[in-house]
Amino acid sequence: MKARVHVTLKNGVLDPQGKAIQHALTALGFSGVEEVRQGKFIELQLAESDPAKARAEVEEMCRRLLANSVIENYEVEVEA
Amino acid sequence: MRAAIIHFPGTNREKDAIAALKQVSGKEPLLVWHKESELPEVDLILLPGGYAFGDYLRPGAMAAQSPVMSEIKRQAARGVAIIGICNGFQVLTEAGLLPGALLRNAGLRFICRDVTLQVETSNSIFTRSYQRGQLLRMPIAHQDGNYFADEATLDRLEGEERIAFRYVAAPGEPEESGNPNGSLHGIAGILSENRRVLGMMPHPEDAIDPLQGSTEGRGLFESMVKALA
Repeated sequence: MKARVHVTLKNGVLDPQGKAIQHALTALGFSGVEEVRQGKFIELQLAESDPAKARAEVEEMCRRLLANSVIENYEVEVEA
Repeated sequence: MRAAIIHFPGTNREKDAIAALKQVSGKEPLLVWHKESELPEVDLILLPGGYAFGDYLRPGAMAAQSPVMSEIKRQAARGVAIIGICNGFQVLTEAGLLPGALLRNAGLRFICRDVTLQVETSNSIFTRSYQRGQLLRMPIAHQDGNYFADEATLDRLEGEERIAFRYVAAPGEPEESGNPNGSLHGIAGILSENRRVLGMMPHPEDAIDPLQGSTEGRGLFESMVKALA
């Protein structure tokens, strides 16, 4: 079963990489880009077949390694 | 002073730390591989700079899960002195031994140059040889040294005088030239609640010998030797 994790910076955490992307987009002529926040996308192939168990396991992975709760939020999606 | 230096895959400043400890304390420190789950009796644990595990995911994130870190947390709970320099500071925050996090430098670039630090407290085993307010020159070499913590944590660090070093402008230079990486409150180094754990981005181990251009990091090692020998 596949699980997908989105890790994003919390509100209020400066994102210099997002800012640089925004500037580059503006330089390319995309004038309406008001803000860019970048993050990480992690895809996991799991042996687990029970979606609830898979979700619980991936959330534990996020807490322990995949995200740093001081600066990041995470969202877990489990493929049905 | 018996010291252990922790070596992760990708650590690259361990030799500088060994040389500094040897020169100031006269004793050869132990080099400990990250897979060890126990440490011998030591007075100081040093986590050196480098790129543990290639900085993959986040700097220090993988290293914080290494077997040796459980032992370091036990030693920290017993009050053993711990210093993390550069990547070592990142590992200590990821391991939860120090608050906050180190983000990508505000200017996004890797910065390798001398900076001016102000000693913010002499009340620690790491800074007792310095005067509060004293200015020190030493190098930084990092891409992710931009200290972040929420407002409540910053207030606590300030209120409890747990900011050890702050980036400031060199005398005569404009104020805004002081902070190289965007760190909140200009934070270059912080202490744990019990003041026995220090994390800092600058490299005092590379400011020991006149050949390195500054000897102003020496006081930090002298402080530790005085307190822990």
